[in-house]
Amino acid sequence: MAESIFALDSFWLSLILKLVAVVAFFLVAPLIAGYQEHKVMAFMQNRLGPMEAGPFGALQLVADGIKFIQKEDIIPAAADKRVFSAAPGVVLIPTLIMIAVLPLSPGGFAEDLDVGIFFALAVSSVGVVGVMMAAWASASKYSLIGGIREAAQLIAYEIPLFIAAAAVVMQAGTMSLVGIVNAQADFTAFGIPVPYAVPQAIGLVIFGIAALAELNRPPFDMPIADSEVIAGHMTEYSGLRFAFFLLTEFGGMVVYSALMVVLFLGGWNIWPGVPLPDNAILANLIGFGVSMVKILGLVFVMTWLRSTYPRLREDQLQRFAWTVMIPLAILQLIVTAIGKVIA
Amino acid sequence: MSAPTAPKKKGPPQIGLLKGLGVTLKTFLSKPTTQQYPKTKPDLAPRTRGVIALMEENCTVCMLCARECPDWCIYIDSHKETVPPKDGGRARTRNILDRFAIDFALCMYCGICVEVCPFDALFWSPEFEYSTETIEELTHEKEQLRKWMDTVPPPPELEYGAELPKEIQQGLDAARKKAAQRAAATAAAAPAKDDAEQDSGEKKEVEQRLEDTIHVEAQIDQDVFDKLVAEGKSERVARAKAKAAYVRAEKKRQADEIRAKEEG
Repeated sequence: MAESIFALDSFWLSLILKLVAVVAFFLVAPLIAGYQEHKVMAFMQNRLGPMEAGPFGALQLVADGIKFIQKEDIIPAAADKRVFSAAPGVVLIPTLIMIAVLPLSPGGFAEDLDVGIFFALAVSSVGVVGVMMAAWASASKYSLIGGIREAAQLIAYEIPLFIAAAAVVMQAGTMSLVGIVNAQADFTAFGIPVPYAVPQAIGLVIFGIAALAELNRPPFDMPIADSEVIAGHMTEYSGLRFAFFLLTEFGGMVVYSALMVVLFLGGWNIWPGVPLPDNAILANLIGFGVSMVKILGLVFVMTWLRSTYPRLREDQLQRFAWTVMIPLAILQLIVTAIGKVIA
Repeated sequence: MSAPTAPKKKGPPQIGLLKGLGVTLKTFLSKPTTQQYPKTKPDLAPRTRGVIALMEENCTVCMLCARECPDWCIYIDSHKETVPPKDGGRARTRNILDRFAIDFALCMYCGICVEVCPFDALFWSPEFEYSTETIEELTHEKEQLRKWMDTVPPPPELEYGAELPKEIQQGLDAARKKAAQRAAATAAAAPAKDDAEQDSGEKKEVEQRLEDTIHVEAQIDQDVFDKLVAEGKSERVARAKAKAAYVRAEKKRQADEIRAKEEG
């Protein structure tokens, strides 16, 4: 098992350091991704986007956060108050926990679990409980319909997502996220060093589409479709609790992009067969930079899809998942298995 | 009621999906058209209708604008003054403008006053930054209206081949006549000094005048029009240019004919 750069002799000190690192990443990375999304989407719509808060509007999301804090926290009279208040936390924490196992550089992770990818995907499924809590406790028909849509969507898209991840795990021969990156570092297909994106091309596309659906990103944002159900499970929320949902959305974008980078794009390595420098500090810095560039690139693709495609219809979404995504994912799994046996 | 039928599938949809991505990417890479208004002034059309300006000197207090105004937002006050008689005539009275104000809180920018003014005293100015804190301040007096007059752009140039306004044409004719007389007088006083030079200059002027005297009814030159439209010019621009091209060519042809007749 690889050693984290945050691991110290003292257990408690090490724990605090890891917590600080995870929370810092959780608070900063979504801001960068969110700012990038604001800007990219604006330019795709022939606008400038935020320009006033900070240089070129870079602090817009910080300003938004401050504004959210100042807002009144409204709880509807008919709401189930305790569940209603707890839901944003339940949604937010899984994303935070997933960051703990994300390797962003050779030592840049809080924990390297043997079952890393299993753990990350299992934890990500907990988020839907929070969504259902929010949907039910709001005592609003829009929230409820949005929440049920989200539950149906998550069930439909978690299957291809997990199968696509399973194919990668099979190819790498390990469930550890660090192990998967290391397995890709010297991977060659017919003598050419390539990341898993090449043999697992179908898996990459399926994982990406399923991740969009998991995150309620357009064109799969029926659970929060504003023309139909206002904001789905977030309809009745305001102030800081609403900000939690938003932060989770941007955080989820970063986390799922990071998972894709690890599983398919070779993680912190620039390219398979191109090793990072031996110097540990330098390797970690460069590795982190490479990871971030890849993650933001995927966030760019997500934004690109968002500004290009209209929202699907609920039945189209379900049909697409069950008749296209899942069979293709299984096909990828079978092909990977055959390849593994033959090789 | 029959069950709704699914639309017929036409080719693989994947191509359309990629095209869509191409459109957004192209827009992403091009420069946004946003103008950051308070920091940079907007590119307004030259004849933007921002505010109504008053050329105080031209106003004769005829009250047409105030009467035609649908909102009654123009206030005019005046008094009569007697102008002392000019050698031998009798004394005349004329109107002196005391107050001319437009209440821009009422004005609906229909422009009827500008249209109706018979003495070219009212104009559209592109100035638009005159928002105020209170509604009373939106009533602007003639001093302010006169200041806006300075922001009025000059009138647009006439199309090639268009007739000049009557006054200008008369003035021009008179000036040319005078110049011709003077030239004849100097030519008589200093004969054959720099004959060649003067001759060529005069000839040029004659030619110019010959073409100016010919009147041609404007028509659209179809070839030119088609060519300009194919180049991507708007139909309006192409039509104007095609007309100008026709008039120019027709005038030249007729002038050449006249000249040929004179010579041969």
